[in-house]
Amino acid sequence: MADSIALSALPIGTSAKLVKFPLSGSAFLRLREMGLLPGTTLTLLRTAPLGDPLEIKVRGYNLTLRKSEADHVLVEPITAP
Amino acid sequence: MSLPAHVKSGTKQPVFAFVGNPNCGKSTLFNALTGLKQKIGNYPGVTVERKVGTAYSQHGQPMTVIDLPGAYSLAARSPDEAVTRDVLLGRRTEDTQMPDRIVCIVDGSNLERNLYLVHQILDLGRPVILVVNMMDLADKAGLKIRTGQLEQELGIPVIAAEASQGKGLIELKLAMSRPDLPLPHHRWDVPAAISPAVAELQASLQDSDQRPPLIARAEALLLLTDQDQLRVAGSQPLSDRTTTILDGWKKRWVDENTDWSGTLVGARYDAIGTLVAGCVQSSENTVDQSTSDKIDAIVTHGFWGWAVLGGIMTALFLSIFTLAEHPMNWIDAGTVALADAAKAGMPAGDLRDLITDGIIGGVGGVVIFLPQILILFFFIGMLESTGYMARAAFIMDRLMSRVGLNGKSFIPLLSSYACAIPGIMATRTIEDPKDRLVTILVAPFMSCSARLPVYLLMIAALLPTGEVPLMTKVGLMILMYALGTIGAFGFAWLFKRTLLKGEPPLMIMELPPYRRPKVKDVALQMMERCGLFLKRAGTIILAISIVLWALTTYPKSDDAIDPAQQVAQSYAGKAGKLIEPVIEPLGFNWEIGIGLISSFAAREVFVSATSVVINVEEDEEDTAPLLEALRNATWPGGRALFTPLVCFTLMVFYVFAMQCVSTLAVVKRETNSWKWPLFQVGYQTGFAWLLCLIIYQTGTALGF
Repeated sequence: MADSIALSALPIGTSAKLVKFPLSGSAFLRLREMGLLPGTTLTLLRTAPLGDPLEIKVRGYNLTLRKSEADHVLVEPITAP
Repeated sequence: MSLPAHVKSGTKQPVFAFVGNPNCGKSTLFNALTGLKQKIGNYPGVTVERKVGTAYSQHGQPMTVIDLPGAYSLAARSPDEAVTRDVLLGRRTEDTQMPDRIVCIVDGSNLERNLYLVHQILDLGRPVILVVNMMDLADKAGLKIRTGQLEQELGIPVIAAEASQGKGLIELKLAMSRPDLPLPHHRWDVPAAISPAVAELQASLQDSDQRPPLIARAEALLLLTDQDQLRVAGSQPLSDRTTTILDGWKKRWVDENTDWSGTLVGARYDAIGTLVAGCVQSSENTVDQSTSDKIDAIVTHGFWGWAVLGGIMTALFLSIFTLAEHPMNWIDAGTVALADAAKAGMPAGDLRDLITDGIIGGVGGVVIFLPQILILFFFIGMLESTGYMARAAFIMDRLMSRVGLNGKSFIPLLSSYACAIPGIMATRTIEDPKDRLVTILVAPFMSCSARLPVYLLMIAALLPTGEVPLMTKVGLMILMYALGTIGAFGFAWLFKRTLLKGEPPLMIMELPPYRRPKVKDVALQMMERCGLFLKRAGTIILAISIVLWALTTYPKSDDAIDPAQQVAQSYAGKAGKLIEPVIEPLGFNWEIGIGLISSFAAREVFVSATSVVINVEEDEEDTAPLLEALRNATWPGGRALFTPLVCFTLMVFYVFAMQCVSTLAVVKRETNSWKWPLFQVGYQTGFAWLLCLIIYQTGTALGF
């Protein structure tokens, strides 16, 4: 089983399963409401031309978040079958 | 369920609320249903757009429809979402009636996240109609949504629609016309860990805040995810008892390390997951890249992304300066013709001068920018409608974050290079109120097109010999634009650290799929915004035009032989002389002072005002006589007035000073108070004065 890494450290194009993120903070509450919950699968699509923010695909839509938030989001990369 | 009394008796129109996530096609549906029968304004006390329209039932009965601002959740994070929440919960009954029925619009291609809001709304226990929009896109994504199944599970009418094609409209109208609507079967288990808190809050909301039971339960659930406690003006506050209970539970959970909001959100998504699993078949693999993803690969590419952004911005400014030229000439010609007609048809006298010079000339001087403003509104609308706006914010976020803003401030600031008014009106897409205010405060530093005539005149007057080398001209022009830009970012940085200190802005933003622009909706929005501007600024511009005219006309002097002498001893002349001690350290005399005062109507008026003051017959095609006169203008004693240093200082003054009444009127509307526009006048003009003082005094000391 793969180890958990920060979402910001995930290689571009890789899918991962969300493990956990901080309990408090309005940013993380909003991320939850946007459908990012422990167990949700997401794919890191790309970063903006200047390296920040990140764009991910989750539940069929595209979402951006800054690296400063992504640093606190722990994910488990899904290795290709 | 029994219907609200007025629906049953038919004495009053039923009120529907349209609710949905941003980009779900809600406004298209609203426009299609209500047509031009819309009333647009603001919710009192808060700058959130309030759209109310009238639709007609199958039987021709009028129905009121409120298009609520787009929201992802009722746990509000922006003023827009706060208004949606408050209207639905009946917290704004003073200005907006609590809707009888709710129409939820969801994007079928993105069902799970869209249903999150619906799940919260179903808690309210009110009659709901669910519209699953963008069925075609869902189809393309390989999703087969069985609306019949959804209808059975939820127990409410579910309508499949493609709003952009007009599909589903009739079905929606039929459902809205039904005299009775079933209530949803909406049972989901509140997680055990938090259900005692929900029960206690619900009881308090019922007793102390007089909420009906179901609303109380829904509100209790919301309060637990509503971390921001975002309150906007016009929203009725909660009772102390409820607040105390809420704080008590939160404190307890923090101590126990309970993730209450996460548990609650998780429980909702679990319920949605079960629902979707039963009603949606995902037939194809979703590994295939969608068209939108393919476009994004280019549009947000490290090199091509910048090229596309640069290309779009170039097209924007080219069309503003070329397409707007002809209509601007027509307006100009129309103004002149109107003034001539008035002159021909009226006896000479003060009244005639008031109408021709004051009203027609003054208002015409601002209305001439209308074509540019319209084009900007159109472009901004197109960028929003296609989905590119979010990409521009995504690309620019990193740069904007340097001064503490986020990418969404980029387009408003950029638009301000043409005119600050559309720029300031476009700041509504910025969710964070502080970020929005900072953007509004610094937007007028961007050199708008009304400053161009002043820059051009001053550059031409800069060198006494007449011929200014082309490179100097271009260099000076670029310098002025650069100074404004640096000023805007500098002050944004400063404000974010001092006056409007807040949390670092988030960049949690949906990148909606690219869509074909809905030109009709964009045009409608463009006309609305334009109408709002004319209504807001029009009266103020009219008033200022009359005042400025009176200032230059009175008191009348019998021995004034030419207009220049008349102006010199008018109130404006006196005002110019009055402020002369203040502007003299900048190298400006009272004649320039009159020009500065006149600029409050619109900055380019400086040119015509100066022509009158220094007594040249104005000729728009040829500025040579004016230039000649500028070069000959002197201080008493024969020292030249418009030295190169003074010309340069004056240009810098125009970059920074706040001199535009139309902008102030719009800022007043967008910030809902006179405090911020007055602050702008103070800090911008104060900074302009200080900077010009430094430039002029240093320049003089160095012998320029």
